[in-house]
Amino acid sequence: MGNVPSAVKHCLSYQQLLREHLWIGDSVAGALDSAQDSPHLSGLPEYVKIVEVGPRDGLQNEKVIVPTDVKIEFINRLSQTGLPVIEVTSFVSSRWVPQVAAGATEISVFGAASESFSKRNINCSIEESMGRFEEVVKSARLMNIPARGYVSCALGCPYEGSITPQKVTEVSKRLYSMGCYEVSLGDTIGVGTPGSLRRLLESVMKEIPPSALAVHCHDTYGQALANILTALQMGINVVDSAVSGLGGCPYAKGASGNVPTEDLIYMLNGLGLSTGVNLYKVMEAGDFICKAVNKTTNSKVAQASFNA
Amino acid sequence: MGNVPSAVKHCLSYQQLLREHLWIGDSVAGALDSAQMADHTEVMKGIHQFPGVRYPVLTPNLQGFHRAVAAGATEISVFGAASESFSKRNINCSIEESMGRFEEVVKSARLMNIPARGYVSCALGCPYEGSITPQKVTEVSKRLYSMGCYEVSLGDTIGVGTPGSLRRLLESVMKEIPPSALAVHCHDTYGQALANILTALQMGINVVDSAVSGLGGCPYAKGASGNVPTEDLIYMLNGLGLSTGVNLYKVMEAGDFICKAVNKTTNSKVAQASFNA
Repeated sequence: MGNVPSAVKHCLSYQQLLREHLWIGDSVAGALDSAQDSPHLSGLPEYVKIVEVGPRDGLQNEKVIVPTDVKIEFINRLSQTGLPVIEVTSFVSSRWVPQVAAGATEISVFGAASESFSKRNINCSIEESMGRFEEVVKSARLMNIPARGYVSCALGCPYEGSITPQKVTEVSKRLYSMGCYEVSLGDTIGVGTPGSLRRLLESVMKEIPPSALAVHCHDTYGQALANILTALQMGINVVDSAVSGLGGCPYAKGASGNVPTEDLIYMLNGLGLSTGVNLYKVMEAGDFICKAVNKTTNSKVAQASFNA
Repeated sequence: MGNVPSAVKHCLSYQQLLREHLWIGDSVAGALDSAQMADHTEVMKGIHQFPGVRYPVLTPNLQGFHRAVAAGATEISVFGAASESFSKRNINCSIEESMGRFEEVVKSARLMNIPARGYVSCALGCPYEGSITPQKVTEVSKRLYSMGCYEVSLGDTIGVGTPGSLRRLLESVMKEIPPSALAVHCHDTYGQALANILTALQMGINVVDSAVSGLGGCPYAKGASGNVPTEDLIYMLNGLGLSTGVNLYKVMEAGDFICKAVNKTTNSKVAQASFNA
């Protein structure tokens, strides 16, 4: 796209933008002129891995049940955007067999930093859940299937209120030690801010290297991108997001949930960071799924572009 | 608010939150539509001006300035642009001509000890010209500052800025104007506002423009959002432990009031999460 940020062509229609620019791969919007400092110099990671959780986390929290063929079409479209990781679905079972039998090549386990949340969400204490996860993760590793760990309520719990960074660190360390290659810290109810996230990461990063960490920020209070920017500044380079910001918050009726992948990419492009993802193709996939579930997108980039 | 961010009390009702916390503070102005502003005199005369709160009004020319003063204005603002096209389309004159008019207004204001604030639109991009160089923004900002504006607010009019472009802009402007005389006016059209504001704060800026409920869409992109919601901004500043003097719940109440009055849904995520919890 050269020196003119695509989104600066604010008054042009989205269709016109598509006709004018065939961009496969890196950086679409954002000012990428030669005077720009290298991200490395500004303390930011050069490459950011986006983990797309729309098909799973997003759709799981949408009221409309999406037909299987639509889900498949949605995921196939996402696969052509350059997104390196797409979380496709959930096999909620303490046994790994069904997942593997169905062809899964990577699995995730969901822990929580709050006892109340753990009991209400998966019907067991944190300790008991760790026991179950250990079985799953060890079996997965024997089969060379990578396992990712999630820690919910990393910045606050809908039942307990504040959660200490120490507790989150303890749970994250368990998941990492049992063999999870990456631990995603989830701000489940979106209450985190750059202040609380910084304190959390300072604590967790004493035990787990930043390269094995990811942030899963919810946008319930509009803080997600500011939080993600903070995480990037601290050396984290894996970020979870959901196309169109699919999935509301089950704990606050009417509130938003996941951070929209489009808005995340827009920021990363503007920072000159490489993601490998084609923003317009993501927007198209977002448009597809929003029409399919009959809802308006939560992505501001999509809102600004499709209506321009 | 202590160690527990108010919004962590996620499941509590809004009324319960109100009972628990009290504060008072400043406020910042908003919109620019002339039809909407036709009742300017009535509004100025009708409001109760609370001590400790400042109430600037927009005065693009000398005539407007005199009427504002007659109606009781004690602070004024002038709106410049870093883009020639935007200047011509928005206020029907070139940047140079506009600076001439503003100089008259600002000098008259200063003679009367009335503070004047300057705004620079299109600081990070223009709907007509596309990208705008930091050098051009710096030049226009410097004009406004030199003519006597006590503060210059850099406006990302179409919300296309990101932490990357904002950083480059501020590095340029801050070579000519001290951070204490600068403010950021970030639009949330692409969801970048809070990340941009955080970047500005990290660079030493401590004045931020916002609009309660995120009132005001973007006139250049139908259906898109505009101003960053004051509630969401306060939430972030509170979480960072920064002092603002502002009572978030009272702002939310004011937001609820105006949204009902104009029959629109709030753009504030904090309000959406709290009112429906």
